[in-house]
Amino acid sequence: MTIHQKVFAIFASIVIFIVIINLVKKNKLKEEYSWLWLLTGFVMIILVLWYDLLLMITRLIGAVQPTTTVFIFAILFLICVALHFAIKISILTDQVKNLSQKISLLDAEGYNNSLINHSPDSHNRQPQ
Amino acid sequence: MIDNIRRYSDVDIVVIDDGSQDGTSLAARDAGAFVIRHPFNMGYGVALQTGYKYAVEKNYGVLLQMDGDGQHSAEFIPELFRQVENFNCDVAIGSRFHAESQYRAGFLKSTGIYIFRKIIWMITGEKITDPTSGYQCLNRKAFEFLTNDIFPCDYPDANVIIMLHRAGFKIREIPVEMTSNPDGRSMHQGIFTINYYLFKMFLSIFITLIRKK
Repeated sequence: MTIHQKVFAIFASIVIFIVIINLVKKNKLKEEYSWLWLLTGFVMIILVLWYDLLLMITRLIGAVQPTTTVFIFAILFLICVALHFAIKISILTDQVKNLSQKISLLDAEGYNNSLINHSPDSHNRQPQ
Repeated sequence: MIDNIRRYSDVDIVVIDDGSQDGTSLAARDAGAFVIRHPFNMGYGVALQTGYKYAVEKNYGVLLQMDGDGQHSAEFIPELFRQVENFNCDVAIGSRFHAESQYRAGFLKSTGIYIFRKIIWMITGEKITDPTSGYQCLNRKAFEFLTNDIFPCDYPDANVIIMLHRAGFKIREIPVEMTSNPDGRSMHQGIFTINYYLFKMFLSIFITLIRKK
């Protein structure tokens, strides 16, 4: 690993760190997610400083180049993140749907009563 | 439409307004229906489920659903109610495909319906001729079951029938008359939409099948 690569990688991970900490500070990112991104930056620094670890993993998974290892894990990581967000969105969609249904039902009482008060004999409504 | 229903049956009418911007909800309210307005457009299935939830909340025993575009003639309401109230079945579906029916669907639509008819028959052993019918009557057990979170809110059709069947509900078909939509517009439009719809329905049926009962 050349000194250029080292400097660039460390620089990139430090920038990620600072951005995340700033986002959490400004309340734009929930603590719930920040650890994940902090860990990402942390792993990047580790791999830069401890290059042999990367070589070990490369041998372990049978990749030819250390770069391949980095890309494989980066892509796997991104797939997991995307999947996680997809799950979250599904849950949120369901919650929004349930909430709007609830609101609709609550709101309906007022909306319909406002008319019934004007014309009390319009019709009666009794549950069966 | 509402006056039409009143002519045939003395029921409490609930109209679900799925976020429409025109005067639908006002008109329906002035006609004497109980109107439930969605804050924004959420789709046909969600609107159905809102109706189910309302019925559960208000402790109704039987519920009949119709599409709001006037496709379903109100004269079959008493017959559908009778089927469910006499405990002949849990769900009565108004079918537009029977011997005397005037209804003629387009080529794509009839192919799609034919495919789903076969699928339902293979899976459930029931001969349901009109799986896409939105003209249905459900008893309390059935619509309470459909207020669950796995109700397929984007396209509830054949998959709901299979879901109901797997949950042990008895389904029956009643021949009804349907007119083609006066606007000539269907919920499912265009080649792409129809293919996408078919694909989604297959997927949905498959998921329904691999889910635990």
